[in-house]
Parts: sequence; C-alpha cells; structure tokens
Amino acid sequence: MKIGFYPGCSLTGSSREYNESLLAISKEAGVELCEITDWNCCGATAAHNLSKDLSLTLPARNLALAELDQMDELVVPCAACYNRLVMTQHELGENESLKKIVSEKLQMPLQNGIKILNVLQFLEKHIVPRLEQLVKNPLDFDVACYYGCLLVRPQRVMKADRFEDPMTMDVIMQKLGANPIDWPFKTECCGAGFSVSKPEIVGELSGKIVRNAVDRGARAIVVACPMCHSNLDMRRPAIETYLNMKVDIPVIYITQAIALAMGLTPRQAGIQRHFVPVNLPVNR
Amino acid sequence: MSKIGVFICHCGENISATVDVARVAEAAGKLEGVAFSTDYKYMCSDPGQTIIKQMVKEKGLTGVVVAACSPRMHEPTFRKACSEAGLNPYMCEMANLREHCSWVHDKSEATTQKAIDLVRTLVEKVKLDKPLFPIKVPVTKTALVIGGGIAGIQSSLDIANAGHQVILVEKDPSIGGHMSQLSETFPTLDCSQCILTPRMVEVAQHPNITLMTYAELEKLEGSIGNFKATIRKKAKSIDEKLCTGCGVCATKCPTKKIPSEFNTGLGMRTAIYVPFPQAVPNKPVIDKENCSYYQKGKCKVCEKVCPTGAIRFDQEDELVELEVGAVVIATGFNVMQPSGFPEYGYGKYKDVITGLQFERLASASGPTLGEIRRPSDGKIPEKIVFIACAGSRDPAKGIPYCSKICCMYTAKHAMLYQHKVHSGKSYIFYMDIRAAGKNYEEFVRRAIVEDEVNYIRGRVSKIYEQNGKLIVKGVDTLLNAKNVEIEADMVVLASAAVANEGSEELAQKLHISYDAYKFFSEAHPKLKPVETNTAGIFLAGACQAPKDIPETVSQASGAAAKVAILFSQNELSRDPVIAVVNRSAPPLYSTCVGCFMCATACPYQAIEEELITNRKGEVIKKVARVNPGLCQGCGTCVAFCRSKSIDIQGYTNEQMYAEVMALLNNE
Amino acid sequence: MDTEDLSHNIRQLTGINVRECYQCGKCTAGCPVGDRMDLRPSVIMRMLQSGDNASLEEVLRSNSIWLCLTCETCYSRCPMEIDIPKLMDYLREKSYSEGKVHPESRNIVAFHKSFLNSVEQNGRLHEIGLVLDYKIHTGKLFQDVTLAPEMYAKGKLHIWPEAIKDKKSLARLFKDQFKNKKS
Repeated sequence: MKIGFYPGCSLTGSSREYNESLLAISKEAGVELCEITDWNCCGATAAHNLSKDLSLTLPARNLALAELDQMDELVVPCAACYNRLVMTQHELGENESLKKIVSEKLQMPLQNGIKILNVLQFLEKHIVPRLEQLVKNPLDFDVACYYGCLLVRPQRVMKADRFEDPMTMDVIMQKLGANPIDWPFKTECCGAGFSVSKPEIVGELSGKIVRNAVDRGARAIVVACPMCHSNLDMRRPAIETYLNMKVDIPVIYITQAIALAMGLTPRQAGIQRHFVPVNLPVNR
Repeated sequence: MSKIGVFICHCGENISATVDVARVAEAAGKLEGVAFSTDYKYMCSDPGQTIIKQMVKEKGLTGVVVAACSPRMHEPTFRKACSEAGLNPYMCEMANLREHCSWVHDKSEATTQKAIDLVRTLVEKVKLDKPLFPIKVPVTKTALVIGGGIAGIQSSLDIANAGHQVILVEKDPSIGGHMSQLSETFPTLDCSQCILTPRMVEVAQHPNITLMTYAELEKLEGSIGNFKATIRKKAKSIDEKLCTGCGVCATKCPTKKIPSEFNTGLGMRTAIYVPFPQAVPNKPVIDKENCSYYQKGKCKVCEKVCPTGAIRFDQEDELVELEVGAVVIATGFNVMQPSGFPEYGYGKYKDVITGLQFERLASASGPTLGEIRRPSDGKIPEKIVFIACAGSRDPAKGIPYCSKICCMYTAKHAMLYQHKVHSGKSYIFYMDIRAAGKNYEEFVRRAIVEDEVNYIRGRVSKIYEQNGKLIVKGVDTLLNAKNVEIEADMVVLASAAVANEGSEELAQKLHISYDAYKFFSEAHPKLKPVETNTAGIFLAGACQAPKDIPETVSQASGAAAKVAILFSQNELSRDPVIAVVNRSAPPLYSTCVGCFMCATACPYQAIEEELITNRKGEVIKKVARVNPGLCQGCGTCVAFCRSKSIDIQGYTNEQMYAEVMALLNNE
Repeated sequence: MDTEDLSHNIRQLTGINVRECYQCGKCTAGCPVGDRMDLRPSVIMRMLQSGDNASLEEVLRSNSIWLCLTCETCYSRCPMEIDIPKLMDYLREKSYSEGKVHPESRNIVAFHKSFLNSVEQNGRLHEIGLVLDYKIHTGKLFQDVTLAPEMYAKGKLHIWPEAIKDKKSLARLFKDQFKNKKS
C-alpha cells in the first residue's frame, strides 16, 4: 500500500531519528511511504508570523504537489507541518476565491481535497491493526504521553476527540504493553519556536512539563512532534536551570516506542541521536 | 340584495391627515350594494358606535364595513356594536386604512385612491359573508399538573383551593423537586425543606388533589376543555394501602451501594428506598434495575421483614386514563454536569462539584449531615473556589443564555461555607453579578463585606489536581488581567441550568413548542408567559426558562389562575372563523376524497377522520372532519386540499377571489 | 483610525469581530506566557475594542504579540470562539511592516526572518544557514556554540543545504513580500 509522505524540514535534519523510526516501522508493517516530489518548507511559525500570503502559499504548494503525485492520503509526521497544511486546507476550503488566488500564484491546479493524516492518525489506521502480530518486546513501564499544542488545537479545525485530555497516543502505548499515566500537562505548550530566540521560556514551559511527568512516576515521555522533542530533549540544560536540579527522564518519539516494541534495535530506532540518554527496560 | 353600511374613520388625524376621508366615503356610497356611507372622527368612540348601531337599525343593513385601524385593535369593538344592534357580528368587517395605508404612505392622490380600493375590496367580501355563531365546547373541570416540584405544588394547591379537581403526576418517588434538595434559600436563608414540606403535606392531604408519584405521562389526546391523558404508573412493587412507611425494608436491604439521585451521587441508597426522610408519600419503591430479586432472582429480604406484608414483587406498570380540561406543565430543570467541562477535568476530579451537589453537602439531611466535606477524602476544605458562569453565557459550550440564579446561589454558598467554617477562605470567579430581585443586591453585598467572600472578576482557564489539591488558573481582569492561581481544596461550579432530559419527548407528546435549548415556549414572551401556543396547556416554573423560587411560585399561581378562568365557564366559546370540510347531499356526501393531506399539514392536529355510513351502518366514505375545538383558522389545509373541499368560514375561497377581482377591476 | 474603522478593518481582513469579546479574561488565564507579556491578551482585545489610535500603536509596539506562542490555548477556551491567534498574526504582520517591533522582541523577529530567508534561498530550511543569518542580525555570536558540534556528531546537522529543484516557483511566492516594510 502506497501513501503520500511529507517529511518536512525537521525530519530530514535535526529530527532525523523520527524519520528513521517511522520508515523502519512502516517497512515492518508493509506500508510504503512515497515522499512527495520536490516538496518545500511549509513555512512553520515564521511564515504565519510575518506574512499571511506565505503562510498560505508555502503549504499550498505541497498540497498541489501531492495532488500531482496522485496521492489520496498524505502523512505528515511533524505536528507543526501538519497543523499548517490542515489550516491552509481549511481556510482555502472555506473561501473559494482565495483558493483561486493561491492556485494562480502557484501556477498549479489545486483541488484541495487530499486527506491529511498526522502521525497518530497514520499509526491508528495503518500500523495499529497489524500491531498484535508485530509486538515482540512489550514495554512494561510507566510513560507520560505528551501531545503538545498543534496536534489537537484549534479543535474546530483539527477535530481531535477529547482535545483537553487526548487518548490516542495513550491507547497505542497501552497496546505496546506500557502503562500511560494520567497527567494534566498532556497539551500544555513546551515553548514552541523559542528554542533559539528565547530559550529561558522553553526552560520554564518544558521544565513544568518534565517536572509533572517525573512527579507522577513516568519512566519516559513519549512525543509526536519534533519541536516538542527538541525542547524537551536538546534543551534539557535550560530545563535543569529552571528546575534547579538534574533530571534524566528520556524523551522518545511514539514511532521509536513502536520500533523498540517490535524488536528493532535501538540503532534502527535512532535512539543514539538523542541528547538525554535513553536507558529503558525493554523486555527481551 | 345587499345593503352594506360603510363607516370611514378619521382616527383623529392618523388617517385623515394623509387620506381624503370625505372623498373615500363619497366613492364608497356610489358602490353597488352600499346603502349608506359616512365618515366620522372617532368611529370607536361611544358616539361613533352609536352612529353604526343607528344606521344598522334605520337602514336595515345586512353588512357593515368599518374603514379604520387594524382589526387586531377594534374588530371586537365594532362586532359587539353590530351585535347589540341585531346584526350578526360576523357580518361586520374592517378595512385597515391606518396600518395598511395612512401610516405607510405620504399624503397624495394615490394614497386616497388606495384607501378607496381597500374599502371596495372589503365591500365585496362582506357581500359574501354569512352569519356565523360561536362554537360551544364543553369543559371538564379537572386539571392535570405534570411535575411535583414547587411549581407543580403551588399550581395544584391554587387550582384545588379554587374548588376544582387536580391530578398531580410526578415521575420521582416523591414530590418536592429541586427545592427539596436545597439547604437554604436566598435572600432570607430560610431552610428550604422547612418552608416546602408543609406545602407538600398539604398537597397529599388536600381532598381535591389526587397524587400520582413514580408516574409519567404516556399520551395526551383531545383539546382544550376535553383532554384525555394516559398516565403510566410505574410499578413501585409496594401495596400502598398496606405500607405504613415504617422503613424497616430499607434498613435490611443488602444492596446498599447505589448512588443516590437525591444526593446527586454524593451518597448511597438501597434498592428499596425512600428518596429522603421528608418524602411525600413516605412510602418506598423498589428500583427494579438494581434490585437483586429483579435482576438475579435472589434475596426478597424486604418481603420477609415487612410487618404488614406490603411488598408486591412482579407488580406491573399500570396505565390509567384520565379526562381533564387543562394541563399545567411544571417539569422543572436540571444542571449541567462536570463532564461537560473538559478544561476542568472532564468530571474526573471528585472535589470539582456542581452547585446542586454543594447544596447537598450543606444540607442537614445530606450525605455529610450538613458539614462541608471533600467528596474525595472527607476532610473539611480550607479553601473553596466557586466558579460562576460555568457553562452559562458560553456559546462555545452551546449555552449562550444566562442561567439567572447562579450569581445569587453562589453568593449564598460562599456565605454558608463561611458560616460553617469560620477559618475558611472562599473565592468566587465571576464575570458580572446579576442580583436584580428584591433584597438580592443587599444579600450579595453582605457576602462581600460581612462574610469576607473574595470576589475576583475573571474566568478560570484550567483546573488540575496536584498533591491532593486543585490548582485553579484564573485571572483578575480588574487588575490589568493579572494571573491568579489558587490552590483550592474544593471547586464548586455554578453550572448552567439546562432543560430536563426527556423534555423534547414530553413536548412532542403534548404538541407544544420548545426552543433550541429544549425549554418550553410561552405563547408570547411579554404578554403571555404562562400559556403555550396549544390551547389549554399552561406553563409554570423552570421548564419554561431558568428562574428563582419567587418567580416560579408567581408563575405557578398565574397558570392556576388561567386554569380557573377556563373552568369558570361550563362551556367554552370559540371563534367560528375555522375550517370546515364541505358536506352535501347523498350520494356524494362531500367532495372530500379522504386523502388527508390536510391532516398532515395541520399544525394543530385539528383534523380527524369521519366515517360516513348509510342507514345499514355500512361505511360509504372516509372523509376529513375539522375538530372545531382545536382548529385555529390558519388556512394551511385550504391551501393543501386538491379537491377544494375544505374552506375557512368567514374567509372562503370565494370571498378571497371576490376581493382580488375587486382590486383588479377599479374604474 | 477611529473606533468604527479599526474594528471594521480588522473584521474585513481577518473576519474577527472584536466586539464579541466580553472581557472574561479566560484567554489570559490560560496563556502560558501571559505573565511575561506587557499587554495581556484580554487587555489587547479591550484596546482594540476601544478603537483609538494610541491604543493600536501601543499594541503594535508591545512585546506581547511576539511572545505569543500561537499555542492556540486561548482560542480553544474562549467562550465566544474568537480566533485570537489569527488576530495576533494580523497584528504581527502589521507591526513588522510598519517597523514597530518592540526592542526586546527584535531577536524573535530576526529568527523568523532568517528562517524565511533560508527557505527563500533553498526551498527548505538549512539549519546552519538559519543560525548564521540569525547570529549576524542579532549579534549573538556565541549562543549555542557548543551545541553545533554535538548535533553534527549525532547526524542532525547538514553542512550543505538541501535544495528543491524548482527554485523558480518559490522565488515567485517570495517576490513582493516585505516590499513595503518600514525599518
């Protein structure tokens, strides 16, 4: 089965392990991900902060490219890219004349009907049904599933079920044998794009998240967004400065959790690329 | 031969300033069939009416056209005048020269010409008028009151004291409603049960009131003055004649862990239970869904211990048919549950409760005997945060309206807490304070100044639990939107007042209107607050809209007065301007073919089937028949009828055609 | 712009009607960076409602609009369902084009601009390019210097940019953007 795939800039760069683990588990499950031809950056936070035009045209070009590749479904693992693509699809869907203007600017046709899936929806649909046969090493420990902001909000557009206390990742982790804890920071912001320009904000916001997860006994934090991962993992020094103590709870992607549970090696899951060492009891 | 009298009114200057009334009178006088035409300054005045009466008698008029204001204003006035002069009142019609002409146009030739046209059309209509007589409908002087809360209780007592029979139907095992769940009422802090229970007992003992508890309305048929109600009396599994209310059964019942509805889930009850100590009737019922015998065939302990042998297992529901003349709906309201607040925990934190649950905690007959204690661990809270407008005034949650009572009961809750826990600290997050009733504002000021309740203007964004405390993240908009975070022991949500579950089904059974929020609709928001659009069905209390106790009692008495007015007559007189299906001589009997399109179109369920039989009793034809007691004369059926067999008396197709032709054929 | 114009203008450009806000403050109560902002979200709404020029100026020159994370928490809880993040985007674009960025927020804007410069050049983000551009514009030459080698060792950093083939199509999109920007 072939599905359109939009990796986005982070998956090919600073969040390479997310890409690696996603491709590895898709291969195990017999799902082929076809990268969209000549995709461009979706514009992320920078575009919508400075230019309404770019915030629509940059994502729209990718939607048009996916259509040219004749894909019905498009998997977008990066939560920010997913959010921008869905918001663009929504706004152009509500405003026919705007869609025409954008299509003209792109000089590409745009039907705007492709089904966009975030990583959790992709996993639920294409990987979870095959999970029972594929899980070899159940992950028997407490985890804090961290969803972040952009997968669930704004709920009018994202249409997430239980947007204040989502459970999709928790359910997947349960199927892997893990015990997802109940905690109130599932969708609190980690500090978003301030990693470089205001790292102390990341330290505070991510610090609060890490502290709550640790206080409630989580052994690992599981994420589905490269930005959240970077803030919680790479920016650990800033977090430790805010909390005024050392914290060693590892942060892994949901795809890495699945990879480990499927019995793939830590290298195949890309664990070695993290800043905070990942020492988890994965039953052999 | 028609002899129509035309009377043009100046209406002071309202008409004469824009329309040349003298000319209109002159033109009317020249019309064929008009025997008399005049104009006068105030037709509705005594002298004006006298002119009409005199001319009816003098000229032997067969019809009258009064060209003046809207018929909605003075049609009854002029019809009465004609009636007094001996002319059938339905031979008198009005041409609206004011709202339809002088008030909407400038003074000009065209305006006067329009006035002449309007008069001409009405003259043509009156020529085809036939005398009509009011329809008499008998009245059954028994009232059905649905709902046994304070509204239903008040209505029942008023109607019963006026000398009429009342049947009060309540779906719970006891009457009393939400008022019986309250601890103290604002603004006097009267003990709610103490002021309510005397009324409850009065209802039970009143010779004119028949109380049916654990019963619901199954079906309602008929029309004003003549309803037939079917009530389902749910099986209590008790023989009420033998039961003395001693209560031994409940003490011995082994199934003890059922969340008590009366205690809003904060306490438990048994499977055989009386909902609360002051229940009326003070007799238990068996909750079949949770009883060991009914579910698993075991137990029967209650039967063994009952001293009078009153337990009746396998008792069936009973359907009772009643004939009543009027219905009062007093089914009350409910409160929104915490599960509707995802940002406050989706109902998972035990110490986040609703205002109604707080009432049970504060109540001496409640699960904690009146002590304010946390549902999670039973400790006395030192800090309580109250959140006003929880769900109300919140279009995002689907409730844009204000629930009216929360500002007052939140102040009351904080005061009760401060009175019971002197060292406690209370905080109320509010948006506005709505304290518009008598002594209400003073009550809230007392809470703020004397009881030192901390009011913070702002809303709470999120509540979460940490180390046994509830972290409340709010804001103080009066301090430049400063963030306010409070570690509370308990949070009370003043959750929105919503319509009761089952309101929609009940409204459909009764054929009454309801709004988008499932509150029942009044006939007119300003002038008819206790009537519905369905004749003979009245509203009382919070089922119509959220309201406090004084308003509920007033409205309940209002509904009772309307019922008493209805019952003060032995017969009801109805306007004969209604639809009639034609009848003719055999073998046709009627041009109606029995397709019943009219019945599906009728908004008032006023069309019935009639079987036309011959002398042998054989059915020849099934035709439609309009129930004169229900028809409101809207004319929808006339538009639908394919064979033109149905027509409105006083607004026949022929008359409408004549009016149109009169308009088109002006000289 | 007077009261009428400002709210009508905002409505036309964003579809948002600022009159709907009844100042409950729930947005501010849930904002993760609210206590760092000079003007809180609900206060900004009130200032836009009041419609006078001085208030609009103050909003455009605030650090609030740049500290906003676009986490969408305010929008998800607002009882009136007002799209505050969209309003923030509008205010940001206006503030940037009119050269009114708060001095403390200039490095935030520099980051966004460096990001877009990199995308304009390559079609995709080149992290090293972004950071170099940022450092040049903000003078923060020594920030995160130890991070780069570690990231490179973990295979997370490309030395050379990865570029798209159809660069012309992107150039088209960037043409005329930021042309009327005042500095």
